Amino acid sequence: MRILFSLLLYGVAVPAFAALNIFACEPEWGALARELGGDKASVYVASTALQDPHRIEARPSLIARARSADLAICTGAELEIGWMPLVQTQSGNGKIQVGQPGWFEAASVVPLLEKPERVDRSMGDVHPAGNPHIHLDPRNIERVAAALGERMASLDQPNAGSYSERTKSFLERWRAARARWEKEAAPLKGMPLVVYHKNMTYLIVWLGMREVGNLEPKPGLPPTTAHLADLLARLAKDPAKAIVRSAYNDPRPGEWLAARAKIPSLTLPFTVGGTDKAQDLFGLYDDSIARLLAAAR
Amino acid sequence: MLRKLWCAAALAAAMQGAQAQSAFNPDLSLILQGTAAYSSQNPDDYRISGFAPSGGEVAPPRRGFSLGESELVVSSNIDPYFRGQLVAALTPDNTVEVEEAFFQTLQLGRGVTLKGGRFLSAIGYQNPIHQHAWDFQDAPLAYKAFLGGRWNDDGVQLKWIAPTDLLVELGGEAGRGRGFPASDPNKNGAGAWTLFGHVGGDLSTSTAWRAGLSYLNASPRDRSFEDGGITQSFSGKSRLWIADFVVKWAPDGNATTTNFKLQGEFFRRAETGDLTFNGMTGDYSSRQSGWYLQAVYQFMPRWRVGYRYDRLDHGTVSSGLTDAQAPLLLTDYNPTRNSAMVDWSLSEFSRIRLQLASDKSRAGVTDNQALLQVIFNLGAHGAHTF
Repeated sequence: MRILFSLLLYGVAVPAFAALNIFACEPEWGALARELGGDKASVYVASTALQDPHRIEARPSLIARARSADLAICTGAELEIGWMPLVQTQSGNGKIQVGQPGWFEAASVVPLLEKPERVDRSMGDVHPAGNPHIHLDPRNIERVAAALGERMASLDQPNAGSYSERTKSFLERWRAARARWEKEAAPLKGMPLVVYHKNMTYLIVWLGMREVGNLEPKPGLPPTTAHLADLLARLAKDPAKAIVRSAYNDPRPGEWLAARAKIPSLTLPFTVGGTDKAQDLFGLYDDSIARLLAAAR
Repeated sequence: MLRKLWCAAALAAAMQGAQAQSAFNPDLSLILQGTAAYSSQNPDDYRISGFAPSGGEVAPPRRGFSLGESELVVSSNIDPYFRGQLVAALTPDNTVEVEEAFFQTLQLGRGVTLKGGRFLSAIGYQNPIHQHAWDFQDAPLAYKAFLGGRWNDDGVQLKWIAPTDLLVELGGEAGRGRGFPASDPNKNGAGAWTLFGHVGGDLSTSTAWRAGLSYLNASPRDRSFEDGGITQSFSGKSRLWIADFVVKWAPDGNATTTNFKLQGEFFRRAETGDLTFNGMTGDYSSRQSGWYLQAVYQFMPRWRVGYRYDRLDHGTVSSGLTDAQAPLLLTDYNPTRNSAMVDWSLSEFSRIRLQLASDKSRAGVTDNQALLQVIFNLGAHGAHTF
């Protein structure tokens, strides 16, 4: 009977009451929204660190959650093009449609790197607007936090004071942390890395590291043995310190190459929840830098 | 001067296009398809024994090489309030078929969406999915027998999503009734209507599901077909129920390396009315059903295998005419089909598929089929429904 009752409850459970109902496409924006929203916001995160943000499906649960959102926070720059447009149109929620105040694209307030000069699918699944994996440069987090804080305040005016206060406090703590990270990560300067996908670019540029190869033959295409063998030959001439993958990438191609090139294969959390220590944005950076430093030694 | 300005504007637009794809222009994509097919029976003689021909494109593909349908998809937000989409199929016999051309509201709010035009109906699971996104080259037998492959009427659709964490979607459609099982009646008002409800959610981060129940009501008038020079026609009521479900699994919800999909649908149709056969008319009623179950497993990046089992149940068909007077629909035979496929996708934009089937749609005859299918997607990155 109790089971039946809780099943019934599950079926009709209406999203918890909070001033601002937020639908975050990726864990990093969910974590940021929690930092800025505190108890004024109820945050639902559509994907986890173990899932490839390009390849989420427009699942029933996502449509149901998007239905009641006041604000959807996504990366934009076509990262979610395979699923978010569908979630938006199917949700029947006018607030989160493109162009509405309830639609926030983080990439729109950040200068994007690697904007292709020419867009052609022979180059793989490239994003015409530039590389969308912006959240691993803490200066981008600052830019997004400032814009998002304002957006949350304008959408929920009775609590505007709380959002701007929390944003201010977050930015202060964040800038202090950034200064610390930049100091700690000084030994990483110039460190050559092989990455799985071009999703570490912003981190590499921020810390002055060097990307010497990709496990993917073209963006979005799974690694092939031919390409890995080619990469191995190149590494003999231009060696890398480590192979990095994000928590959601298949570990096997990196391990294969690592064993032959005799360099460590490293897993970075990539986003909040990717490792045990990356439980919030601060933890994400702490753990990423600690892991890179360990490999650099 | 004006021409110069226009050129400058066009150039600016082109440059804009390079920055943000289709900044102001609709998303364009083109699907190219082709098949090379083997059938041990002649596809031109294809019939599903004991079921009224649905008039759709239900026969297996032509033997030998043939071009599949090339689909042109154009979609865009029209303004802040509407979105529009056109799907035109260029058929291999050089005709153009409008598969979908509809507008959809964006701002009604409260979970309500209104769609109008020609669109793939939301009944069932596979019905709203375009052919190039199917896991097998052809439709399940139940879709062929009861809907002529699919239901895409001209009309309106109203849909509501409940404000719950569990997806609850309820809706209905009213349309002209332009295809089988309706008969395109020339009348004011709706010639066919549907009701549908879907529920869905996540069982865990790895497993998502959706289940639904749909109803299609049509009132065909003189829905006729010719067989062996004899015309047979039906007038009356046609009611179709569909129960569907789909479950998708991927480790940690990450479908990139491996994933699994199980889907099944059950159809039940009741028709009552009058049957005219070779000039004689008698009352007629039938209760027929069909179902399929299919599973698709991606066992490594790029590679998927799938299996589908189809079955139609002839059920009960009774008529005022005797068997000798109207032999065709009274064939007591339950068509079945087994299909297996393996497909290889070099990228998200190309797919090559091998499909084998043993098709017992025709009483007493086994049609062994093998086909190679290619599907290419040019242009905008499409978003696929769950």
